Amino acid sequence: MEAVVRRLGLWALVLLAAICAIALTPDSGFAIHMGIVALVAAILIIATLGTYDPLAKAQSLFRMPPGPSRYDDDVIRWGVIATMFWGLAGLLAGVFVAAQLAFPWLNFEPYLNFGRLRPLHTSAVIFAFGGNALLATSFYVVQRTCRTTLALPGVARFVFWGYQLFIVLAATGYLLGITQSREYAEPEWYVDLWLTIVWVAYLAVFVATILRRHEPHIYVANWFYLAFIVTIAMLHVVNNLALPVSLLGAKSYSAFAGVQDALTQWWYGHNAVGFFLTAGFLAMMYYFVPKQAARPVYSYRLSIIHFWSLIFLYIWAGPHHLHYTALPDWAQTLGMVFSIMLWMPSWGGMINGLMTLNGAWDKVRTDPIIRMMVLALAFYGMSTFEGPMLSIKAVNSLSHYTDWTIGHVHSGALGWNGMITFACVYYLVPRLWQKERLYSLRMVNWHFWLATLGIVFYAASMWVAGITQGLMWREYGSDGYLVNSFVDTVAALHPMYVLRMVGGLMYLGGAIIMAYNIAMTIAGRQRAEAPLGDTPHDPVADHPIFAQQAQPAE
Amino acid sequence: MANKRIDQPTGTETVGHEWDGIEELNTPLPRWWLWTFYTTILFALVYVVLYPAWPMIDRATAGVLGWSSRGQLASEMSAAQAARAAVVRKIAATDIEQLPASPELMQAAIAGGAAAFKVNCVQCHGAGAAGSPGYPNLNDDDWIWGGTLSDIEYTITHGIRWESSDATRANFMPAFAGVIESAQVDALAGHVLSLSGKAKPNAAGAQLFADNCAACHGAGGEGMVAMGAPALNDAIWLYGGTAADVKRQILSPKHGVMPAWNERLDPVTIKMLAAYVHSRGGGQQAAPAVPAGEATGDVAHSPKAENDG
Repeated sequence: MEAVVRRLGLWALVLLAAICAIALTPDSGFAIHMGIVALVAAILIIATLGTYDPLAKAQSLFRMPPGPSRYDDDVIRWGVIATMFWGLAGLLAGVFVAAQLAFPWLNFEPYLNFGRLRPLHTSAVIFAFGGNALLATSFYVVQRTCRTTLALPGVARFVFWGYQLFIVLAATGYLLGITQSREYAEPEWYVDLWLTIVWVAYLAVFVATILRRHEPHIYVANWFYLAFIVTIAMLHVVNNLALPVSLLGAKSYSAFAGVQDALTQWWYGHNAVGFFLTAGFLAMMYYFVPKQAARPVYSYRLSIIHFWSLIFLYIWAGPHHLHYTALPDWAQTLGMVFSIMLWMPSWGGMINGLMTLNGAWDKVRTDPIIRMMVLALAFYGMSTFEGPMLSIKAVNSLSHYTDWTIGHVHSGALGWNGMITFACVYYLVPRLWQKERLYSLRMVNWHFWLATLGIVFYAASMWVAGITQGLMWREYGSDGYLVNSFVDTVAALHPMYVLRMVGGLMYLGGAIIMAYNIAMTIAGRQRAEAPLGDTPHDPVADHPIFAQQAQPAE
Repeated sequence: MANKRIDQPTGTETVGHEWDGIEELNTPLPRWWLWTFYTTILFALVYVVLYPAWPMIDRATAGVLGWSSRGQLASEMSAAQAARAAVVRKIAATDIEQLPASPELMQAAIAGGAAAFKVNCVQCHGAGAAGSPGYPNLNDDDWIWGGTLSDIEYTITHGIRWESSDATRANFMPAFAGVIESAQVDALAGHVLSLSGKAKPNAAGAQLFADNCAACHGAGGEGMVAMGAPALNDAIWLYGGTAADVKRQILSPKHGVMPAWNERLDPVTIKMLAAYVHSRGGGQQAAPAVPAGEATGDVAHSPKAENDG
């Protein structure tokens, strides 16, 4: 009872502080953000009041784990639903901004213009969709591979809900025009501080769970998860060092200036790709691929060597985002050579994933989830080859600032991160909700082909667009003068932009089918359908035609 | 370890650990993987010797090749300049009105002007130089400040209403809001539109026009290049040609601004830009180039050519 009262007091204090901030700030965006904080505090007060009732306590979203005999999967179930929800939101925003680029009249000022929606799209897919997938799978994997329940279950719940609050504050901030203008790190100082608290709590839960493991060794997936959590904490804190103009306003100024600021930003931006979208998702791969294939991991030695070389090399490659800028030549050189050395360490993960299927390759034909994993690994390999290639200065001088970069990012994001996440969610849902199987495996197959076709449309159109753009920008006539103005290139790219939008629509369509499939599975339904990969075979009919011997012609 | 076993499908030994049913094979590193990795490291080692790479106390190592991105840019720029030097020198030495006499030189100037236009001018005047409301169309034969090569060169050099230039072209039409009544504005706008046949003439409007506007825009609305007063008797309207647009421009006129480009571009580039704009259509010949005898008949209706300045 006293604990409940203490908690109520705390939430009431937060509510009061938020209301004061709303009243005192001259900044309307900041006021709306504090309104959201106040709303969350109010919901928490109601939820805490609900815990007075022992029945409501059992029903509450904030219920505690069942006990040490079963894994603590509540947070993971919420995480899977959040992954699906934010995935749809992020993909929808992506399709919309793609449409805006093809048809500029779709910019609705001021809240729905491209400048505000674009970070909404990138943050929603990377941090909301990808982040929730990492959160959910990491809690799932660390429990299973350590054979123990989550340490600090209360903190784990705080991590999940705290992270959702971060997402809501970030997303509404973009629409309201609150931004630091740092790519992939747009949220302002107070949202950054909140994420720091949530992230340290995440690290605490993860490390404490590993410390109480019942296995002698730490599984490779957990190395990758740990690298992801620790490095993201470091990147986030350093890149967001900033001084707020006022404690009652959203605006802040970066601690760095000029080219130092640019380098810090791209050290962060590149390693957000490296440790969030690569290391974290490799961790997912290292658990779910061997589980789904029911095969041992291909090579323990490779996993050690490629883990450490990846971790060591990735962190230095950021300057390749600033080729031919004010960044000193020496830093550009180092950024490029570290990117090239990164090629094989990146491919180590692809080899270990694909070769794990040795002895189970037939499943690519019969199991659409395995097929998604294989496609994800193939796109992972493709974009980690393309990345080092684009970091070579001669290539970069053509590709930089063009849509080639966008194509590269999306072959990684849609192909690798998206597909591996979909595969993991398909794996998790029947197990988390104790269902016999998915609602429909054929719908997974449909999802697979729609998404694959969508990626092909997307990546191919952006490659063509990027190279067209790069070549037009540098085209000189015989008399030595520029041939095209910028707007000529924009006009030339229009068909490619429309194709890209079509690709995005297909990918979104696949995800909608998935959401339906997942929802029906959770509801406990099973679609009546013929099993996949069953080629009908009738042994009785399997013979050549020959004349009947019993009846001669005469 | 005790749990080591040979995996049947691959024939490889496992490491002996097991997590939630997942085992690991003890497959050695693929040779091609390892050697490609070594090759990329070797490439990196060679590259950092050849190019600027290692930060020292006050500067970084310069690299054996002596390459720098600034140096590369400078050499590419000077090579491009050297390739054009002869033509540029000739254009610089030729008086702008004499350019058309040498078709070769004029063609070179137009090509250079077209390139400079794409970089500096399209933002306002459009990729095809067709302008947009408030930004003049450069393809037609309506010239507010004169359409000879030297008029255009002067406009580009010094800009229009550009505060930091003493020689800029500037005029300000007075705002008639509060000076004339609203019924009068309607009549006046009606008269202005009647000059190009878009409305019926009216006596009140004609009187107002004669009293207030004709001094600059001319009795028949033919405009005056010396004042930068636009012609009102044609179908070309910088700020819109509806009655509402005309009334708004009478009551509170908009005054567009163009930068003085001598602050950014060299004289030869400006000369080439003038040649390009002149070539787009409607470019006029300088007054002395028009033989006096032929001029008397035709030029009476186009005073712009005589009043350049």
